[in-house]
Amino acid sequence: MTIDEMRLDGNAIGGLLREIFAIEMTSAVGTCAHCGAVNEMGRVQVYVHAPGTVVRCPSCEAVLMRVVRGRGRYWFDMTGVRTMEFGET
Amino acid sequence: MAGTAVLGRLTWQFGTLADVVQETPRVASLYFDLPEWQGHLAGQHVDVRLTAEDGYVAERSYSIASPPEDPRVALTVERLDDGEVSPYLVGELRLGDKVELRGPIGGFFVWRVGESRPLFLIGGGSGVVPLMAMLRHRERMRSNTPARLLYSSRTVTDIIYRAELDRLAAAGDGLEVYHTLTREKPDGWKGFTRRVDQAMMQEVAWPQEQMPAVYICGPTTFVEAAASLLVSMGYPPATIKTERFGATGGSG
Repeated sequence: MTIDEMRLDGNAIGGLLREIFAIEMTSAVGTCAHCGAVNEMGRVQVYVHAPGTVVRCPSCEAVLMRVVRGRGRYWFDMTGVRTMEFGET
Repeated sequence: MAGTAVLGRLTWQFGTLADVVQETPRVASLYFDLPEWQGHLAGQHVDVRLTAEDGYVAERSYSIASPPEDPRVALTVERLDDGEVSPYLVGELRLGDKVELRGPIGGFFVWRVGESRPLFLIGGGSGVVPLMAMLRHRERMRSNTPARLLYSSRTVTDIIYRAELDRLAAAGDGLEVYHTLTREKPDGWKGFTRRVDQAMMQEVAWPQEQMPAVYICGPTTFVEAAASLLVSMGYPPATIKTERFGATGGSG
């Protein structure tokens, strides 16, 4: 199995993001801190086979977010996201 | 119902298996009774969680096959022999058994009746499942939004929902269904018998001027190939929504 075959997209982390943000986030719009591309979260690249979840920009492939969940805690890195825009609940 | 489907904190709930429909030798639809279900939109999915006696937890996502109008929530699951979850769901789970799940999840890969643009759905293998929820939703709501489904399967026996798709396409309400087979050329077969390519897209896709709403779902390589074809033909990327299943069509 190659890395290209394993790649998922933002739909796959709809549940994980809702655990963290408590609202639907796959239709939220994020701006990549590296290249400035603006994409709905449903369009991002997602890799879940690492120890954590790695989220990359679909335009430049820079890391947008990393999420590790374990022992009742989250470790959430989103230095690759400049801004995030989403609707009020 | 639809308004509440995307709100609120996700909580795990138990669904009781109420019915099973064997769709193909490896694929079954599981109909669950979910007393706490808040409704869903066509295209959304659920997470299913299995907990072993020793506390080991396995979690997988499955697309919802049933339309929002149905009282029961149906998941159509492909049994992957080396999977952790699907061999249990398809094979071991019995009527009356309970499964822990949460949802609905997702707001990006969804379609609602009332959108006027023609619908172009492209499915590979079990990637047809969320697209079927859209087509069922379209039928239940008596929508006549023009719609086309291009559905790639390995062989005739691998075609999920074949009889229902035939019935929906025969209803004369603006739906056309195109099949392609990638590993078989049966005698008398009228559909395509090759991987999705540009000539096939040109024959099947709505012209760009009609600005179709495109939904592509299936294994990652299938989805990316189909989306790239459409983009290379000039369809705006923003009109193409994709959902990747990974290498196996469900990873588990």
